[in-house]
Amino acid sequence: MPPFLYMQDVAFQWNDDTQFRLQIADFAVEQGETVLILGDSGAGKSTLLSLICGVVAPNSGVVSIAGVDVAKLNDAQRDSFRAEHIGVIFQQFNLLPFGTVLDNVRLPLKFSAKRKQRAQTSPDDATQLCQALGLPLDILKQRASKLSVGQQQRVAVARALIGQPPLVIADEPTSALDSSNQSAFLKLLFNQIKNCQTTLIMVSHDTQLARYFDRTVKLDDVAHRAGVIS
Amino acid sequence: MIWRLTIGSLAARALTVFMTIIAIALSVALFLTVDKIRTGAKASFTDTISGTDLIVGARSGSVQLLLYSVFRIGNATNNVSWDSYSKIASRPEIDWIVPISLGDSHRQFRVMGTTTDFFEYYKYRQSKSLEFTNGAVMADLYDTVIGADVASSLGYSIGDPIIVSHGIASFSDHDDQPFRVHGILAKTGTPVDRTVILSLEAIEAIHVDWQSGGKTSNHTTPAEQIRQMELRPKSITAALLGVKSKLQIFSLQRAINQYNDEPLLAILPGLALQELWSIIGIAEMALVWVSWMVILTALIGMSATICSSLNERRREMAIFRSVGARPRFILFLFMTESMFMAVSGILIGVAIVYSGLFVAQPILDNMFGIWVPITMISKAELFALFGVLGAAALVSLLPALMAYRLSLADGMVVKT
Repeated sequence: MPPFLYMQDVAFQWNDDTQFRLQIADFAVEQGETVLILGDSGAGKSTLLSLICGVVAPNSGVVSIAGVDVAKLNDAQRDSFRAEHIGVIFQQFNLLPFGTVLDNVRLPLKFSAKRKQRAQTSPDDATQLCQALGLPLDILKQRASKLSVGQQQRVAVARALIGQPPLVIADEPTSALDSSNQSAFLKLLFNQIKNCQTTLIMVSHDTQLARYFDRTVKLDDVAHRAGVIS
Repeated sequence: MIWRLTIGSLAARALTVFMTIIAIALSVALFLTVDKIRTGAKASFTDTISGTDLIVGARSGSVQLLLYSVFRIGNATNNVSWDSYSKIASRPEIDWIVPISLGDSHRQFRVMGTTTDFFEYYKYRQSKSLEFTNGAVMADLYDTVIGADVASSLGYSIGDPIIVSHGIASFSDHDDQPFRVHGILAKTGTPVDRTVILSLEAIEAIHVDWQSGGKTSNHTTPAEQIRQMELRPKSITAALLGVKSKLQIFSLQRAINQYNDEPLLAILPGLALQELWSIIGIAEMALVWVSWMVILTALIGMSATICSSLNERRREMAIFRSVGARPRFILFLFMTESMFMAVSGILIGVAIVYSGLFVAQPILDNMFGIWVPITMISKAELFALFGVLGAAALVSLLPALMAYRLSLADGMVVKT
């Protein structure tokens, strides 16, 4: 059986940038695996995540997720593939500040029927998820902009996990948190994804985080790049 | 939920959004007001005289005849002899006929001699009759009835004396024969408001000792003696008339126009009013265009505010993209936003116009004699409002497309 996610002979170049070129010969992640990708800023982390999420398509090569070669899908198909299969957590301030907590958590369900279905099978998935992530019930109807940074990150996790997407991508989610909050946050995250066999790929520059993950990969080991991403 | 998020996003920028909506609302209100007053002014203008089938005067142009007989602007080039008037008056088609005699003035107001029939047959604004706020139709030779503007600007009340001047803007007064205010008319918004009305006989009476613009002698015929005289005018300036059957209007008009003894002209007041309005109407079109430009300015302002907010909102777009929204959704989001602002602006603008109209309607009528009816939005106005909406969609396409391109380029990379 092929791995849950694999990238083979991927070459990518941003349209307007002839300097930067990213190449990934071979990179694979098994289902349920938690992988930390370490890389300094400018190492091509954002580009790698954009490729996995299907925001951009590679110039050549295979990006296969759950048996689908994302590279072969068209723009719209990649968007709906992402909606269905991938939950994304950004660094910070990644909530819609004018929406309530529940609005933010339920946002992906607007774009994926399957995730919506899954979220509805268990009674009020959004509330449960928030509770499990340690968010007090009385803030669920509050505006996201009123929350503390730690609370915002938990809401972001709930948004990534709602409807149980098989893959969660996290882009330096702990960089805004202090170390005690960091470990608390990671514990909550890992508790949730272990329950549902979710695959987690997190990128960071922080080597300290390695101990939480099944496997740590240095971006430089998998990716060959030319030029520097700005 | 998306709808709620859109509202939330707008609420987060409440001040600029509010100002944008107000700008659109005011521009729409301006447009509708101009349109309503324009149609109101036109209607009031063309309603200056109604119920009169023909106006008869000496031969000149139809607009000229209308101007001096109805609007008291300019002078008659010639008079109609009493003989011709009597002949026309005795024609079988005639239902009623009212002679008018112009040429004298009181201060800045024109003096008009006529019969008491004038108060019965002169109609304006469809079929409204002249009404008295004070007093009544002249009963004595030296009685006058004055229009509302005459009364208010000269501060006249019943019983006040009036000296009629000979001619217009002249220094020779008919001070030997003073008149009394016997009736004051209610405001009509027509030139009647600015007219001093005497009886036809009175016009003759004041000219007993006068000939061709000057007093013949220092001798003043006493009023008692004048009252004994037969004060039949030799000529009149014009006549208003109504026919028994509307079908006879054109044949009567032709008969008068082909009258052999004297060059006469009969005009249809409605037609002549339209002709006159088409001359004045150029100004109204300019107003309409200006109000369109104001709307366009407001819409471009809206487009500009959205454009300038694009950068701050890249994060919002990235979040939407990360949960699987297509760039097309971002386009839709921005279009929805501007449409929301445009629709709110239009609705508020309409509300402003109608509430304003409620307050201003009696004021406009009293001060300018413009009766602006409070009617439902006309088809043409509705059409124009949809035009505004279409224009809003068009100008907001620019920021929406910019957002679309940005979200395509940024993807889910959170910039800023």
